[in-house]
Amino acid sequence: MKSSVFAKMGERFRRAVVLLLALGALGGLYAAFSPTSTAKDGVNTAADEATYVREGQKLYSEGCISCHGRNAEGVTDRGPSLIGVGAAAVEFQVSTGRMPMARQEAQAQRKPPVYDSDETTQLAMYIQSLGGGPEIPNGDLREGDMSAGGVLFRTNCAACHAFSSNGGALSSGKFAPTLKETTDRQLYAAMLTGPQNMPVFGDNQLTPQEKKDIIAYVQSMKESKDPGGLGIGRTGPVPEGLVAFLVGIVACMFAALWIAGKS
Amino acid sequence: MKLLPKIKPAQLPAAGAKFVDDRLTVATPMRRIFNKVFPDHWSFMLGEIALYSFVVLLLTGTFLTLFFDPSMTEVVYDGSYTPLKGVEMSRAYATSLDISFDVRGGLIMRQIHHWAALVFVGAMTVHMFRTFFTGAFRKPRELNWLIGIGLLTLGMLEGFAGYSIPDDALSGTGLRIMNAIILSIPLVGTWVAYAIFGGEFPGGGEIIPRLYITHVLLIPAILVGLVAAHMALLVKQKHTQFPGKGRTEKNVMGERMFPGFAAKGGGFFMIVFGVLAMLGGWFQINPIWLFGPYKGEVVSAGSQPDFYVGWIDGWIRLWPAWETRNFDYTIPAVFWPSVVFPGVVFTLAALWPFLEAKFTKDVHFHNLLQRPRDVPARTGLGAMVVSVLLILLISGGNDIIAEKFDISLNAMTWAGRIGLIIVPPLVYFVTYRICLGLQQHDREVLAHGLETGIIKRLPHGEFIEVHQPLGEVDEHGHTHLEYAGAPVPKKMNKIGATGAQPRGVFFPVERRSDVEAEQKALAGGHKE
Ligand code: HEC
Ligand code: HEC
Ligand code: HEM
Repeated sequence: MKSSVFAKMGERFRRAVVLLLALGALGGLYAAFSPTSTAKDGVNTAADEATYVREGQKLYSEGCISCHGRNAEGVTDRGPSLIGVGAAAVEFQVSTGRMPMARQEAQAQRKPPVYDSDETTQLAMYIQSLGGGPEIPNGDLREGDMSAGGVLFRTNCAACHAFSSNGGALSSGKFAPTLKETTDRQLYAAMLTGPQNMPVFGDNQLTPQEKKDIIAYVQSMKESKDPGGLGIGRTGPVPEGLVAFLVGIVACMFAALWIAGKS
Repeated sequence: MKLLPKIKPAQLPAAGAKFVDDRLTVATPMRRIFNKVFPDHWSFMLGEIALYSFVVLLLTGTFLTLFFDPSMTEVVYDGSYTPLKGVEMSRAYATSLDISFDVRGGLIMRQIHHWAALVFVGAMTVHMFRTFFTGAFRKPRELNWLIGIGLLTLGMLEGFAGYSIPDDALSGTGLRIMNAIILSIPLVGTWVAYAIFGGEFPGGGEIIPRLYITHVLLIPAILVGLVAAHMALLVKQKHTQFPGKGRTEKNVMGERMFPGFAAKGGGFFMIVFGVLAMLGGWFQINPIWLFGPYKGEVVSAGSQPDFYVGWIDGWIRLWPAWETRNFDYTIPAVFWPSVVFPGVVFTLAALWPFLEAKFTKDVHFHNLLQRPRDVPARTGLGAMVVSVLLILLISGGNDIIAEKFDISLNAMTWAGRIGLIIVPPLVYFVTYRICLGLQQHDREVLAHGLETGIIKRLPHGEFIEVHQPLGEVDEHGHTHLEYAGAPVPKKMNKIGATGAQPRGVFFPVERRSDVEAEQKALAGGHKE
């Protein structure tokens, strides 16, 4: 009798250990592959940095040189100079898949990225080593005050990206994109570098803390459920009018047909 | 010591009615109302959708007034919606948020109220087009058409006022545009805008309380009065009806008010209420918490008015920036599309019954409706107006469409401008031709009969299709049936060829065997 109780205890213990191990492995995997763990955290020594820059240069001369020139000085009619744009601009452009640009169009668009996060860091550090420029700070970029961020977002960003952050049209086929898939670091970088038709929000316009407030607001708004039911795009009166007619009035008219058909 | 006479329960209704009639003598008028006959074409129920959504608006709106405070006092938000905690805002906006997040059932009430507003104005519009296309506005009903135009205009204003009072950033954007529109009116604009807003925009906080009293008292009271007048005239003049068997200018065929129509109307009210509640429960509308409080510096991409103002917004977007200067006076471009255009549209709409009577020299009474195909010019014109409104509505949302479908905004604007010139005449022409074609087919069936689908080969080899005449034929095989603007049967089973069909729209409401038995009984001795 007793031995079987111990056997059971042992069984439970083994299971617990297996579970713990599995969870630990999972956590490790997550830490290794999760996008928020920036590779740059691993760059500790000057030697590391030198390798990263060298790797970056290699990647640059394969993927970017045709448009941005041998020394990133730019090529007329193909691509601007990258001297002084900083690691932030490179990380933004490359991690959102905008660079390398596929073809000339009204506006480089978000695509699945070509380079992984390590390679992106290498490219960024290479460009940074050329002429300096703005960098994205490390650490939790979401550590901000949501309500303050909301006020700042509505005053500074909603004019182009809309209250819902779903984006909006600008003139001549240009547009402010939706921020649906944007990560914390990309948000920070976009404000810091002002890609294309977006203004630059330097640290004088929006302090680093204010940028974190905005990020806290945008990310929480995106994640929050719609309290009123289906959000129908959070786009306001246009889809609302469509639903009023296509669902509301059509349903009532079917009811009318049905009632009139019964007499 | 008995105060009341003893009555058996079964006699209670009769005794109660007598009690009332002895004191108020209402039996005769009530009998007339209960016996009023309603025709039952489905399109006559469009007005009812509007009426019932108005009732829902009154109910939900009254609920909202219990919690809403139109005050412009600055407060610091401390409700349960965290992303706005600690933000400064007006009490009007704060209480709208409270309704949404802290009042039990408040959010669904707000949402039903807003959906009901859209369905109310939408159903009025559809109802108006039904009246237009069937000629129901003709003498003697011009007055009710005018009341209808008044209801529609006031409905739009009421909706705009409601959209403005929560004092969120979207309603503030709407008010700012309204202010610019009023300012653009020559001579009086500045004075009127100052008077309404209590100074330069946004004024000293007068506008929201003023709109509030307009929204919950002034316009609803006028609306209730107009609706009552609309109904009273309807009862007095009786319903119109489509031409058909037994229907004349002098009678109305249909169902009595009581109990048939009352039961149907009551049921239909419940359905409309149900649809609106479903919308309010499932679909989010006007998420004011995303817009934040109104602040002068806040504007969002994709700001839109509700659809019933959207067509005017579309016209503003399409109108070129032509500023005119006369006698030292600048008229901003926005004046033409936002003041002159809607003014002309509503004036023409109001005058239409009189204009049409003048053009057609028609002085007669009309209680029978016209089918749209029988008045091709009017039908074409109506279709043209619908096409203009649709183009304007699409243009009112052109930035949203440009963004969602990856089209250039400038291309959308030009497409709207060119479409506005090309599409309406085309729509007129095509509609006109379709009407004539439908008429032609009716006449053909009246003269030659129905196509039976049976092909016969004549002795000399020619194939002909056998036609089933609808009446007595002459020696040429032609029927001489007068074209009466009434529906003509177009299929053999409409005249009983395949046996009677059970009635019902989505599923049969009669048993086939019953219908067949009834037909046999009707056919009587006729055996073949
Ligand atoms: C097909 C040509 C092309 C290729 C290849 C290309 N770029 Fe670009 N790049 C451009 C153009 C054009 C712009 C200007 C962006 C604009 O305004 O649309 C640009 C802009 C940029 C910017 C933003 C500059 C600023 O002022 O903020 C960065 C950073 C950048 N590229 C990095 C890269 C990197 C890194 C690569 C290689 C992985 C790359 N690009 C490959 C054409 C190219
Ligand atoms: C004048 C209009 C304008 C304003 C104001 C503006 N943006 Fe942008 N934004 C743009 C445009 C245009 C782009 C697209 C740039 C590109 O594709 O390179 C963009 C792109 C972005 C992106 C990249 C989105 C992605 O994932 O692809 C982010 C993030 C962003 N903006 C954030 C912001 C924030 C935060 C603010 C407010 C502080 C802001 N923007 C203000 C116009 C604007
Ligand atoms: C007597 C009848 C009515 C009353 C008492 C009433 C009351 C109110 C109140 C208190 C609000 C503010 C609520 C909020 O915070 O959202 C409101 C909003 C509104 N009302 Fe009414 N209303 C009435 C009729 C109408 C009618 C007839 C219409 C439409 C034509 C209408 C359209 C609106 C709209 C569009 C809003 C904005 C709602 C929102 O923000 O989601 N109301 N109404």
